Amino acid sequence: MTATTSRVNPNVSDATARAAAQAANENQPVTFGKALNTALADALVANDSVVIFGEDVGTLGGVFRITDGLTERFGTDRCFDTPLAESGIVGMAIGMAINEMRPVIEMQFDAFAYPAFEQIASHVAKMHNRTRGNVELPMVIRIPYAGGVGGVEHHCDSSEAYYAHTPGLKVFTPATVKDAYLMLREAIDSPDPVVFFEPKKLYWSKEQVDLAALAAEYEAKRAARTEGSARIARAGSDATLITYGPSVSTAMEAAKLAAEEGISLEVIDIRTIVPFDDETVCASVRKTGRAIVVAEAQGFVSVASEIVARVQERCFHSLAAPVLRVTGFDIPYPAPTLEKYNLPSAERILDAVDQLQWEA
Amino acid sequence: MSTEAHEDRISEVSKKFGITPEDYMLPARHMINLLDPDGTLREQSDQGTEPGHEYPLPSPAELMDAYSALAVGRRVNDQNSALVRQGRMAVYPSSHGQEACQVAASLCLEAGDWLFPTYRDTVAVLTKGVAPMEVMTSFRGEWHCGYDPKAYNCAPMSTPLTTQLLHAVGVAHAAKLRGENTVVVAMCGDGATSEGDFHEALNFAAVFKLPVIFFVQNNKYAISVPLAQQSAAPSLAHKAVGYGMAGERVDGNDLMALMAVMGRAVRLAREGNGPLLIEAHTYRMQAHTNADDDKRYREDAEVKGWIAKDPVTRMQAYLDDAGLLTEAAQAKITERAESVAKKLRDGMNQDADTPPSELFEHVFASKTTQLAEQQALLADELAREEA
Repeated sequence: MTATTSRVNPNVSDATARAAAQAANENQPVTFGKALNTALADALVANDSVVIFGEDVGTLGGVFRITDGLTERFGTDRCFDTPLAESGIVGMAIGMAINEMRPVIEMQFDAFAYPAFEQIASHVAKMHNRTRGNVELPMVIRIPYAGGVGGVEHHCDSSEAYYAHTPGLKVFTPATVKDAYLMLREAIDSPDPVVFFEPKKLYWSKEQVDLAALAAEYEAKRAARTEGSARIARAGSDATLITYGPSVSTAMEAAKLAAEEGISLEVIDIRTIVPFDDETVCASVRKTGRAIVVAEAQGFVSVASEIVARVQERCFHSLAAPVLRVTGFDIPYPAPTLEKYNLPSAERILDAVDQLQWEA
Repeated sequence: MSTEAHEDRISEVSKKFGITPEDYMLPARHMINLLDPDGTLREQSDQGTEPGHEYPLPSPAELMDAYSALAVGRRVNDQNSALVRQGRMAVYPSSHGQEACQVAASLCLEAGDWLFPTYRDTVAVLTKGVAPMEVMTSFRGEWHCGYDPKAYNCAPMSTPLTTQLLHAVGVAHAAKLRGENTVVVAMCGDGATSEGDFHEALNFAAVFKLPVIFFVQNNKYAISVPLAQQSAAPSLAHKAVGYGMAGERVDGNDLMALMAVMGRAVRLAREGNGPLLIEAHTYRMQAHTNADDDKRYREDAEVKGWIAKDPVTRMQAYLDDAGLLTEAAQAKITERAESVAKKLRDGMNQDADTPPSELFEHVFASKTTQLAEQQALLADELAREEA
């Protein structure tokens, strides 16, 4: 690619950066945010056609710092700020993807993505179909989403159902540091458009992950694919908690507490809402005979509703109890002081576990 | 990119024309009009040009090519309207009366340049080189756009208003990042200028200094709503100055003026002077589509008044007088128009052959498990129907 402004050679600095990172970080816990940031940097190195843009993603490095240092390292042709207009950001990304680029764009917050909804629903989702497969749109729309961070109105929506309901969009949401890296790399390399939901409350969560080793594994195509592949986050035998994104950690906490009471809960992190992994989910429910879907979004006409329906259709004869849901209430996302009452908690999940007709 | 750099660019190009940046961005006081409705070349003093807004005439060869495309466009519009009446096409938004705009939008471009049309821009798409039946595919009720956009550098005709302008901006941006010299023409109508994406597209194009020509066909109506209820701006071209780009008004039924104005806009854009906004004054001679009844919102007399300004007869009269349009040349053009019309009649008279199973094939690059299941379900239903 011919640059119109000067920039550093990412390949040279990358080798050095990666070696340094490896030496320093082999045994250091990394944050979810750093994993995303590293995935973006590695994708910029791996493919000249990757470009990153959005509001405040350049000099500032994003309001959550997920694009921190990318403009400095790769130049303003590869990572840049746009005017403040979400439809414009998505619409321009569509054109760039038509013209052989791989845009990775940031919607600053969940609810601020709504102005772009027409572009996403009418064009991002349909261009490949409308052109009979002639035009692929390999683009990623990153959306920081959900609550648990004391955010004010318009900053905490769980809007995944709108996108999952739209044919033509893939919908990813990682729940671990390792998945944050792998799933973002996969999303960027996907020939299909991906709406990539990042649980805000996980940005600062840490895990012991060797990102350089993970990168090498991914690039050598040795990493297991996450797309359409749910993850058994915790094995168990009495009931299955099916969940994703920000609710995975809550479900894990509930499973730990249940274990103390002698109840063995399996936790499934579905990872990609679209495409959905019926196989892993149903295998678990057929084994345990009981299931609860846990999600932070309001429950009415939600991804959780869809999962309940699918499990019921496919596993009816294995079920010992109705499939339950623990979700946010059907109310606008509440103020920071009250959000704890709305969010699914380990206690609320355990109450639901108690209702799974154990006496029968 | 700093504000200073932006102002420098505008002042640099305005200096080339010997005018102030404001005079460069503002449209000339009168719309550019080279040919009178009767085909007479206007005196230079009456062409609407002024210092910095001057337009050299296109060459006779360019005019003859353009007239040929114009005549084909008119024939195609009328053929399609007939096919709709005969029930061979589902719907057709005719550009009858706007063919000069259609032809100019495509002819100003080079092969590697991109066109972003709307649903009424079939003649522009045809002029870009897309095969006649491919252009009209979606209007016979098919589920896809009918042509490979990348094979023709022509986007699918957009049904939602002005969303495609942002895609045009993206195509231009990608090309600029790769150091390519691509120019993009993005089309919309007067009503569409009220949409939010019109604003976002013009703003993005100007901020990133992209080679995009925003070409507004002001045909006076958005279905039934007249321009006065869309905008209180002095003209649609005046909107350009708010974005820091040049605007111009041109007689949209004067093919010679359109070619001159669009030609200069493309040159300026290709030289790196950023986007331009061109407003072409024209008139939609027929209803919005065959499903619309235009008698509910406009007077017959108004429509009839525009017959005298017709773009086809105007150009024909000029070329006749100039001795360029010989009988043989006219016969050849008529033959070409008839051959395209025949292709459309023959094509539309054959039933479309679209296997329903294909509905599942292109939702994603490769089918999900769930789509494969649904495809199998439909296949099973169809098999039982046949049995």
